[in-house]
Amino acid sequence: MTINKIKNDNELTVLLEGRLDTTTAPELETELRQNMEGIECLILDMEELVYLSSAGLRVILGAQKQMNKQGKLLVRHVNDTIMEVFEVTGFTDILTIEN
Amino acid sequence: MKELTVAATLENLGAVQSFIEQELEQCECPMKAIMQISVAVEEIYVNIAHYAYHPTVGEATVRCEVGGDPVHVTIQFMDSGKPFDPLAKPDADTSLTAEERGIGGLGILMVKRSMDQVDYAYESGKNILTIRKEIC
Repeated sequence: MTINKIKNDNELTVLLEGRLDTTTAPELETELRQNMEGIECLILDMEELVYLSSAGLRVILGAQKQMNKQGKLLVRHVNDTIMEVFEVTGFTDILTIEN
Repeated sequence: MKELTVAATLENLGAVQSFIEQELEQCECPMKAIMQISVAVEEIYVNIAHYAYHPTVGEATVRCEVGGDPVHVTIQFMDSGKPFDPLAKPDADTSLTAEERGIGGLGILMVKRSMDQVDYAYESGKNILTIRKEIC
Protein backbone atom coordinates (compact mmCIF):
# COMPACT_ATOMS: atom_id res chain seq x y z
CA MET A 1 0.00 0.00 0.00
CA THR A 2 1.07 3.57 -0.67
CA ILE A 3 0.14 6.29 1.80
CA ASN A 4 0.48 9.92 0.73
CA LYS A 5 -0.17 12.83 3.04
CA ILE A 6 -1.06 16.46 2.39
CA LYS A 7 -1.07 18.77 5.38
CA ASN A 8 -2.73 22.15 5.37
CA ASP A 9 -2.60 23.84 8.78
CA ASN A 10 -4.87 21.70 10.94
CA GLU A 11 -6.25 19.68 8.03
CA LEU A 12 -4.61 16.41 7.03
CA THR A 13 -5.51 14.52 3.86
CA VAL A 14 -4.33 10.93 3.67
CA LEU A 15 -4.48 9.32 0.24
CA LEU A 16 -4.66 5.54 0.34
CA GLU A 17 -3.57 3.51 -2.64
CA GLY A 18 -3.68 -0.28 -2.95
CA ARG A 19 -4.69 -2.79 -0.29
CA LEU A 20 -5.60 -2.00 3.30
CA ASP A 21 -5.38 -5.45 4.89
CA THR A 22 -3.86 -7.38 7.80
CA THR A 23 -0.36 -6.74 6.48
CA THR A 24 -0.67 -3.04 5.67
CA ALA A 25 -3.14 -1.77 8.31
CA PRO A 26 -0.37 -1.35 10.93
CA GLU A 27 1.44 1.04 8.52
CA LEU A 28 -1.61 3.28 8.32
CA GLU A 29 -2.11 3.10 12.07
CA THR A 30 1.47 4.25 12.65
CA GLU A 31 1.21 7.04 10.05
CA LEU A 32 -1.95 8.35 11.67
CA ARG A 33 -0.61 8.12 15.20
CA GLN A 34 2.47 10.12 14.22
CA ASN A 35 0.56 12.86 12.41
CA MET A 36 -2.67 13.41 14.31
CA GLU A 37 -1.47 15.98 16.79
CA GLY A 38 -3.32 19.27 16.38
CA ILE A 39 -5.36 17.97 13.43
CA GLU A 40 -8.97 19.11 13.44
CA CYS A 41 -9.98 17.72 10.08
CA LEU A 42 -8.73 14.34 8.88
CA ILE A 43 -9.63 13.31 5.34
CA LEU A 44 -9.16 9.75 4.18
CA ASP A 45 -9.17 9.69 0.39
CA MET A 46 -9.97 6.20 -0.91
CA GLU A 47 -10.02 6.85 -4.63
CA GLU A 48 -7.14 4.44 -5.25
CA LEU A 49 -8.03 1.93 -2.54
CA VAL A 50 -8.86 -1.43 -4.10
CA TYR A 51 -9.19 -3.69 -1.06
CA LEU A 52 -10.36 -3.36 2.53
CA SER A 53 -10.61 -6.04 5.20
CA SER A 54 -11.55 -5.90 8.89
CA ALA A 55 -7.96 -5.08 9.89
CA GLY A 56 -8.32 -1.86 7.89
CA LEU A 57 -11.76 -1.21 9.35
CA ARG A 58 -10.26 -1.36 12.83
CA VAL A 59 -7.76 1.36 12.01
CA ILE A 60 -10.49 3.50 10.44
CA LEU A 61 -12.67 2.99 13.53
CA GLY A 62 -9.75 4.03 15.75
CA ALA A 63 -9.26 7.17 13.65
CA GLN A 64 -12.96 7.99 13.89
CA LYS A 65 -12.89 7.65 17.69
CA GLN A 66 -9.81 9.85 17.90
CA MET A 67 -11.28 12.50 15.60
CA ASN A 68 -14.54 12.52 17.60
CA LYS A 69 -12.38 13.97 20.38
CA GLN A 70 -10.41 16.50 18.37
CA GLY A 71 -12.41 17.43 15.27
CA LYS A 72 -13.90 15.51 12.37
CA LEU A 73 -13.08 12.71 9.98
CA LEU A 74 -14.22 12.77 6.35
CA VAL A 75 -13.96 9.78 4.04
CA ARG A 76 -13.82 10.64 0.35
CA HIS A 77 -14.04 8.95 -3.06
CA VAL A 78 -15.26 5.55 -1.92
CA ASN A 79 -15.77 3.13 -4.82
CA ASP A 80 -18.64 0.61 -5.01
CA THR A 81 -16.63 -2.34 -3.77
CA ILE A 82 -15.32 -0.54 -0.70
CA MET A 83 -18.73 1.03 -0.07
CA GLU A 84 -20.25 -2.42 0.18
CA VAL A 85 -17.77 -3.29 2.93
CA PHE A 86 -18.86 -0.15 4.81
CA GLU A 87 -22.53 -1.01 4.30
CA VAL A 88 -22.23 -4.63 5.42
CA THR A 89 -20.41 -3.64 8.61
CA GLY A 90 -22.61 -0.64 9.48
CA PHE A 91 -19.69 1.76 8.97
CA THR A 92 -21.89 3.90 6.70
CA ASP A 93 -23.66 5.01 9.90
CA ILE A 94 -20.45 5.82 11.74
CA LEU A 95 -18.43 7.55 9.01
CA THR A 96 -19.06 10.77 7.15
CA ILE A 97 -18.66 9.67 3.54
CA GLU A 98 -18.40 12.30 0.80
CA ASN A 99 -18.23 11.17 -2.79
CA MET B 1 -10.25 -29.62 -5.80
CA LYS B 2 -6.88 -27.87 -5.68
CA GLU B 3 -5.11 -27.77 -2.38
CA LEU B 4 -2.42 -25.75 -0.59
CA THR B 5 -0.90 -26.56 2.79
CA VAL B 6 1.16 -23.96 4.65
CA ALA B 7 2.43 -23.24 8.13
CA ALA B 8 -0.44 -21.23 9.61
CA THR B 9 1.42 -17.94 10.04
CA LEU B 10 0.57 -14.39 9.01
CA GLU B 11 3.56 -14.42 6.67
CA ASN B 12 1.76 -17.00 4.52
CA LEU B 13 -1.39 -14.92 4.05
CA GLY B 14 -0.07 -13.63 0.72
CA ALA B 15 0.61 -17.15 -0.52
CA VAL B 16 -2.89 -18.30 0.43
CA GLN B 17 -4.51 -15.32 -1.26
CA SER B 18 -2.43 -15.75 -4.43
CA PHE B 19 -3.45 -19.40 -4.57
CA ILE B 20 -7.15 -18.49 -4.39
CA GLU B 21 -6.87 -15.52 -6.76
CA GLN B 22 -5.14 -17.70 -9.34
CA GLU B 23 -8.07 -20.09 -9.27
CA LEU B 24 -10.56 -17.23 -9.57
CA GLU B 25 -8.77 -15.69 -12.53
CA GLN B 26 -9.41 -18.82 -14.57
CA CYS B 27 -13.06 -17.91 -14.71
CA GLU B 28 -14.28 -14.44 -15.56
CA CYS B 29 -14.92 -13.55 -11.98
CA PRO B 30 -16.06 -9.92 -11.48
CA MET B 31 -13.63 -7.71 -9.51
CA LYS B 32 -16.15 -7.13 -6.75
CA ALA B 33 -16.61 -10.85 -6.13
CA ILE B 34 -12.82 -11.36 -6.20
CA MET B 35 -12.42 -8.78 -3.45
CA GLN B 36 -15.25 -10.22 -1.37
CA ILE B 37 -13.79 -13.71 -1.63
CA SER B 38 -10.28 -12.43 -0.95
CA VAL B 39 -11.49 -10.57 2.16
CA ALA B 40 -13.28 -13.72 3.36
CA VAL B 41 -10.10 -15.75 2.83
CA GLU B 42 -8.06 -13.19 4.77
CA GLU B 43 -10.51 -13.07 7.69
CA ILE B 44 -10.70 -16.84 8.05
CA TYR B 45 -7.01 -17.53 7.48
CA VAL B 46 -5.86 -14.77 9.85
CA ASN B 47 -8.13 -16.23 12.55
CA ILE B 48 -6.46 -19.61 12.11
CA ALA B 49 -2.99 -18.03 12.13
CA HIS B 50 -3.73 -16.09 15.32
CA TYR B 51 -5.61 -18.62 17.39
CA ALA B 52 -5.71 -22.21 16.14
CA TYR B 53 -2.34 -23.35 17.47
CA HIS B 54 -1.43 -20.48 19.76
CA PRO B 55 1.24 -20.29 21.19
CA THR B 56 2.77 -22.85 18.81
CA VAL B 57 2.50 -23.11 15.02
CA GLY B 58 0.76 -25.79 13.00
CA GLU B 59 -0.47 -26.34 9.47
CA ALA B 60 -3.44 -24.99 7.60
CA THR B 61 -4.80 -26.52 4.42
CA VAL B 62 -6.84 -24.51 1.95
CA ARG B 63 -8.83 -26.20 -0.80
CA CYS B 64 -10.45 -24.43 -3.69
CA GLU B 65 -12.84 -25.46 -6.40
CA VAL B 66 -14.35 -23.28 -9.10
CA GLY B 67 -16.97 -24.56 -11.49
CA GLY B 68 -20.56 -25.49 -12.14
CA ASP B 69 -23.34 -23.65 -13.87
CA PRO B 70 -23.90 -21.00 -12.62
CA VAL B 71 -20.21 -20.78 -11.74
CA HIS B 72 -19.52 -20.90 -8.04
CA VAL B 73 -16.45 -21.12 -5.86
CA THR B 74 -16.09 -23.40 -2.87
CA ILE B 75 -13.19 -22.86 -0.47
CA GLN B 76 -12.40 -25.06 2.47
CA PHE B 77 -10.07 -24.22 5.39
CA MET B 78 -8.74 -27.00 7.58
CA ASP B 79 -6.56 -26.95 10.68
CA SER B 80 -5.81 -29.40 13.47
CA GLY B 81 -5.76 -26.75 16.20
CA LYS B 82 -8.13 -26.09 19.07
CA PRO B 83 -11.77 -26.79 18.19
CA PHE B 84 -13.30 -23.41 17.38
CA ASP B 85 -16.55 -22.58 15.63
CA PRO B 86 -16.29 -18.99 14.39
CA LEU B 87 -19.99 -19.04 13.48
CA ALA B 88 -21.13 -19.75 17.04
CA LYS B 89 -20.74 -16.21 18.39
CA PRO B 90 -23.58 -13.74 17.92
CA ASP B 91 -23.00 -11.26 15.07
CA ALA B 92 -21.29 -7.96 15.84
CA ASP B 93 -23.87 -5.23 16.42
CA THR B 94 -23.57 -2.93 13.39
CA SER B 95 -25.97 -0.34 14.81
CA LEU B 96 -23.65 0.90 17.56
CA THR B 97 -21.92 4.28 17.47
CA ALA B 98 -18.17 4.55 16.96
CA GLU B 99 -17.63 5.00 20.70
CA GLU B 100 -19.61 1.87 21.56
CA ARG B 101 -17.95 -0.28 18.95
CA GLY B 102 -15.42 -2.92 19.80
CA ILE B 103 -12.97 -4.24 17.27
CA GLY B 104 -14.09 -7.87 17.36
CA GLY B 105 -16.43 -9.84 15.15
CA LEU B 106 -16.33 -7.65 12.06
CA GLY B 107 -14.29 -10.10 10.02
CA ILE B 108 -16.58 -13.07 10.42
CA LEU B 109 -19.58 -10.81 9.91
CA MET B 110 -18.19 -9.77 6.52
CA VAL B 111 -17.67 -13.42 5.64
CA LYS B 112 -21.24 -14.33 6.57
CA ARG B 113 -22.78 -11.44 4.67
CA SER B 114 -20.70 -11.65 1.50
CA MET B 115 -20.74 -15.43 0.98
CA ASP B 116 -23.81 -17.45 -0.03
CA GLN B 117 -23.04 -20.24 2.39
CA VAL B 118 -20.69 -20.71 5.35
CA ASP B 119 -20.46 -24.02 7.21
CA TYR B 120 -18.36 -25.21 10.12
CA ALA B 121 -17.61 -28.80 11.09
CA TYR B 122 -15.21 -30.49 13.49
CA GLU B 123 -14.23 -33.87 12.10
CA SER B 124 -11.37 -36.26 12.92
CA GLY B 125 -9.61 -33.64 15.02
CA LYS B 126 -9.90 -30.95 12.35
CA ASN B 127 -11.69 -27.62 12.18
CA ILE B 128 -13.26 -27.43 8.72
CA LEU B 129 -14.76 -24.16 7.56
CA THR B 130 -16.34 -24.11 4.12
CA ILE B 131 -17.45 -21.03 2.22
CA ARG B 132 -19.32 -20.96 -1.04
CA LYS B 133 -20.28 -18.19 -3.39
CA GLU B 134 -21.89 -17.97 -6.79
CA ILE B 135 -19.73 -15.74 -8.97
CA CYS B 136 -21.22 -15.52 -12.44
